[in-house]
Amino acid sequence: MHLLKEKDRPVVRVLLNAGCCPRCVLRFCCVGLQSTYRQSYKDLMKELTDFARVGECKKSNAETEEENDPPCKKIKLEETEDFIPESDKNGTVTNSTQECLTLQKDEPKTCVVCLGVLQHFCDKDFAKQMSRVVESANYQFSSLVVSVSLPAQLSVREHATWLLVKQEVGQQGFSSGKDDVIQVKEAYKWIIHPLISEELGVPVDGKSPFEVSVAFTHSETDGDCHFLASVCSNCFKPAKNKQSVFTRMAVIKALEKIKEEDFRKQFSCPPNSPETKCEVQDIQCLHSPLYVAGRYNKYSRTLPQTPWVIDGERKMESSVEELISEHLLAVSRAGGLNFSSSGREDVDVRTLGNGRPFAIELLNPHRATFTKEEIKNLQQTINKSSDKIKVRDLQIVTREAMVHMKEGEEGKTKCYNALIWTEKAIQTSDIEFINNIKEFKIDQKTPLRVLHRRPLAVRPRVIHTMRAEFLDEHHFRLYLKTQAGTYIKEFVHGDFGRTKPNLCNLMSTVTDILELDVESVDVDWPPAIED
Amino acid sequence: MATEDQQGAPSVVDRYYTRWYKTDLKSKPCEDHCVLQHSNRICIITLAESHPILQNGRQIKSINYQISANCSRLQNKVSGKSKRGGQFLTELAPLCRITCMDGEEYTVFSCIRGRLLEVNEDILTNPSLLQEKPSTEGYIAVVLPKFEESKSVTQGLLTQTEYEDILSKRRSTTPEPCS
Repeated sequence: MHLLKEKDRPVVRVLLNAGCCPRCVLRFCCVGLQSTYRQSYKDLMKELTDFARVGECKKSNAETEEENDPPCKKIKLEETEDFIPESDKNGTVTNSTQECLTLQKDEPKTCVVCLGVLQHFCDKDFAKQMSRVVESANYQFSSLVVSVSLPAQLSVREHATWLLVKQEVGQQGFSSGKDDVIQVKEAYKWIIHPLISEELGVPVDGKSPFEVSVAFTHSETDGDCHFLASVCSNCFKPAKNKQSVFTRMAVIKALEKIKEEDFRKQFSCPPNSPETKCEVQDIQCLHSPLYVAGRYNKYSRTLPQTPWVIDGERKMESSVEELISEHLLAVSRAGGLNFSSSGREDVDVRTLGNGRPFAIELLNPHRATFTKEEIKNLQQTINKSSDKIKVRDLQIVTREAMVHMKEGEEGKTKCYNALIWTEKAIQTSDIEFINNIKEFKIDQKTPLRVLHRRPLAVRPRVIHTMRAEFLDEHHFRLYLKTQAGTYIKEFVHGDFGRTKPNLCNLMSTVTDILELDVESVDVDWPPAIED
Repeated sequence: MATEDQQGAPSVVDRYYTRWYKTDLKSKPCEDHCVLQHSNRICIITLAESHPILQNGRQIKSINYQISANCSRLQNKVSGKSKRGGQFLTELAPLCRITCMDGEEYTVFSCIRGRLLEVNEDILTNPSLLQEKPSTEGYIAVVLPKFEESKSVTQGLLTQTEYEDILSKRRSTTPEPCS
């Protein structure tokens, strides 16, 4: 094998004797050429055993002479004995290599490190199996990436084998470190990616939004990790949503901490041979989310923004969120969604003007590519389906663009129009002073109506401008432009005097709010779409 | 008792709060309290209309939230969404003591179990608020019942109708109103 050097020979021998499959041997020899791993199992096995055998015939002769020679000769012999794997104490080197070769010819024994992952699950047949699952899942995709999840005990076996290799070549100064060893996952992907790419007819792309994940399990060796808990107990804390305490991360952490002597006491190097090979737990498809943004108007005073459900009981029919996302969910065939908006309004408040910016994250969509025309049609469908809401500027956006959403909540101004009732009788002249009020500062304690779910605090806010329109003795319309986060209703009725100063103070009478409309949300995102 | 403003439409209190009453607190005649319970379970403790302090001619000298040597309701501090740190109150926990010009002293009680969120500091600087607007700006305190007790917290209290019954009974049995 041209990629392996003389210094690799002892490593190859040790690993083959230990029960490693050829691809794992290549990994520990730090072979980084991807195409090597793609060669057939048989070819690789033959090449490696041939490589291992070179120089063995001489050694077997030296060994048989050993018992009869006087001690002074032993020093020279011991030098050659360095090439004999430590684990082999009974037979000669040639014999055990022969053993390995014979075994692998009939039916490969399960590799002690990768537990079969790099032996049985990276051939064309398996790629075909994966493709069938992907095709039946019916996703729209133009590229893909494969991800693998391996049982935690593989890290333990990898560590044990690494210690074995380190020991074997320790005296010669192994130039590569543990980080140079190729990871099982990496090697697996090198092999499977081209195979599955060919089956499905799409390229592989590390940044692909479409991921096919393969999860392996090996129940026979699940207990391999358990000894780590007694040595490094603080690595293994039970977490709420995890079935086993022996997660991959926890095991890796413990392996970093544990001392070599302690490890070797509890776990054999090389690892023992398993009876069974890994099983495929499942093959799953996952598409990264699709983000759709726009602005919505709300014309109903009996429509909540998000579904209103208490103790499983629906308190109010439908919602802005559901009316908009219903069609998006259907056409993207997504599994779920997250709705967010730049602030929100109460059930009984209308949103007029250009509307309020919103964004919907569609989770695991089966279809994520749409033309501008299709989006336009979607917008029309939504608008035709209900007179309670209207959507504009509907468009696909990136995850980064979602940041603009919350910008609007904090930093921007909003304009409102409120219908005010006054206890005392008023005239036009009584409300004129309101038009001249600029940058009016108020302090709002957390309104009582939200105090059950918000911390108690005082919020300073500014009402930038106001305008009053007389209606009759006890009514007038109030237009306000305020800082984001101002509670308008509380400014009008005072909230038991907890918003100070309030409209009652300004008007020197009890005032109440009968109707409220949002006139504009002054955020210039998402960008307007020409009709 | 006017439950609606002249506008003919329900007021803020009518729209969002249910009125509950406790009468003759600690067997003191007519020392009636009114608890305004919001639909979100938060309760505002106020004096009921029939309370002696709210009758004509009374003048408040001072209001004191220091109810014992170690406890002042003014020191109450809550933090975070779950309102940690708020003093826990039982039904007969005193909230404040009100002294009138004529020397009469009255104690206002919590009436319900729950965490004290805030007391009204405006009435310290402006005691007349308590008499002019007992159901709104003149409130005494805001209390948050435990979530599990949200419904049961008003079990020991009277409804509006029951309260009005008691008032009419008082008027018919005693020749003079409570003073």
